[in-house]
Amino acid sequence: MRNGKWFKSAVSTGLVITLVLAMTLAAGCSQKPKAEALKGSFTAVGSTALQPLVDEASKQFMATNTGVQISVAGGGSGTGLSQVASGAAQIGNSDIFAEEKSGVDASQLVDFKVAVVGIAAVVNPGVTVSDLTSKQLVDIFTGKVTNWKEVGGNDQKIVVVNRAAGSGTRATFNKFALGGAQEIKSMEEDASGTVRTIVKTTPGAISYLALSYIDSSVKALSLNGVAPTKDNITSGKYPVWAYEHMYTKGQPTGAVKAFLDYMLTGAVQSTLVPQLGYIPATDMKVVRDASGKVTTK
Amino acid sequence: MIRLGERRVAWDKWLLFTCAGLVVVLTGSIILFIAGKGVSTFVTNHASPVQFLFSTDWAPDRAVAEGGPGVGSLIFLAGSLAVSLLAVAVAVPVSLSAAIFATQVAPKLGQRILQPSLEILAGIPSVVYGWIGLTLLVPFIRLHFGGLGFSLLAGFLVLSVMITPTIFTVSVDSLRATPAELREGAYAMGSTRWQVVRRVLLPAARSGIITGVILGLSRAFGEALAVQMVIGNLRKLPSSLLAPMTTLTSAITMDMPYTIMGSLWNNALWSMALLLLLVSCAFIVGTRLIGRKEARV
Repeated sequence: MRNGKWFKSAVSTGLVITLVLAMTLAAGCSQKPKAEALKGSFTAVGSTALQPLVDEASKQFMATNTGVQISVAGGGSGTGLSQVASGAAQIGNSDIFAEEKSGVDASQLVDFKVAVVGIAAVVNPGVTVSDLTSKQLVDIFTGKVTNWKEVGGNDQKIVVVNRAAGSGTRATFNKFALGGAQEIKSMEEDASGTVRTIVKTTPGAISYLALSYIDSSVKALSLNGVAPTKDNITSGKYPVWAYEHMYTKGQPTGAVKAFLDYMLTGAVQSTLVPQLGYIPATDMKVVRDASGKVTTK
Repeated sequence: MIRLGERRVAWDKWLLFTCAGLVVVLTGSIILFIAGKGVSTFVTNHASPVQFLFSTDWAPDRAVAEGGPGVGSLIFLAGSLAVSLLAVAVAVPVSLSAAIFATQVAPKLGQRILQPSLEILAGIPSVVYGWIGLTLLVPFIRLHFGGLGFSLLAGFLVLSVMITPTIFTVSVDSLRATPAELREGAYAMGSTRWQVVRRVLLPAARSGIITGVILGLSRAFGEALAVQMVIGNLRKLPSSLLAPMTTLTSAITMDMPYTIMGSLWNNALWSMALLLLLVSCAFIVGTRLIGRKEARV
């Protein structure tokens, strides 16, 4: 019996040693041919609006740089900014400027604007109105106007639907479409997909969506006669748009820098970005700073 | 041989003890963590606990110039209580009747068909309940009862379906556990089936049934996703069954991604999580007290 036990432990010790050796060898082997290539692993976390783009781009990047491991996670712009500021993630994705979010030290973050997203007011397809002035839009979202007939539509109650307080889309819409006016208390939904479903099915509903979410089931409104199209946004005629930011803490180096450079190359900007419904940051003919001031490039 | 056997037992004991200890440590540390985060609203941000519990003024991001932040969570607490109590009020008669049917009227049918079908109901993920509620129940309520469809009514109807299996299963178990002599004795005295159920079995199984009800109540109270999808998330006290409303869980899941760790808004959400935990604990203590009282009788 004792001998048996000895034998057993000898076998298991042998197994462990073999395993360790095998792993060391395997690690050694895989490293050798890629001695010159990029290496490292990092995390990009934050905005769910930006997540699909970063996710897709990271897959392409990892396919050519096999030594790099990128984990992409959602969690929201707030999470992205706090994680990158605290150093828990190497890249923080955000729909808004870090300067706009209180509680984040924006001075130590470096901003990479990788795409632009346009946002349009959307209504239920049964609403006959297709163009609103800024004032009418503000009146609707602040509750001064509660019936579509007051802005030239049918006699129907207006149902306002908002995104969650703090959402990047809401912050952008509030700032550039409503001029920062205080909205009435309204229904709130935390996902763009849900907002689209509600606007589609609720008579008289109005909300706002990123252009990438707008399809034929809802009707996008023009603002002051300007349609929310890509050309109107890049030329600066249509004001409701936001940058998609990727932030790093301090200047990035190594694999992180290579990935952020890759995000701004033609491969991503001219194919992936439009494919996923964003506007390439490189196409913009106007620039906007954190305070909202727009200047021509 | 014998010594080896004894050693095995000691080793097993040690393993079991460690696992059991781990569970206790895990529970304890989760509670400590939530409590620590939850009280920081009051300790770090100096918000008043009274205001937190009894005020309806929720504006954690309001600037000091506009009156400063408000973290009253009464709207959310009242919403959670309303929706879960109403859900229990609907689910208890249904599940209790089903439990009596399955144990007293048609035990075979109950075991073969009723129980498995309710188990399937219990296994459906809450997002599916929410999705069904959003696509079927909400439009149904809008068309037949009026309002927007997103409402307290939709919330507690979805919840009542979700908690029915819980109440049913626990009630069935406790009805089955009643001694056969009780039932037989009552029948021997000439009682009708209704009299046996009403006067003998229900009182005998009371503590088990109450436990089931409280388990259902705490599940309803803690459910986030399905409820959030159908209640409209309007930050107002529910004024009618057809009005949109919001709950603690819904507010936490909606806002958490957009807030910065350590900010007042984030801390206030942790306080709401602590409130949820405390109410759930109160439910559990309640069941324990009932169980102890019954044991003494």
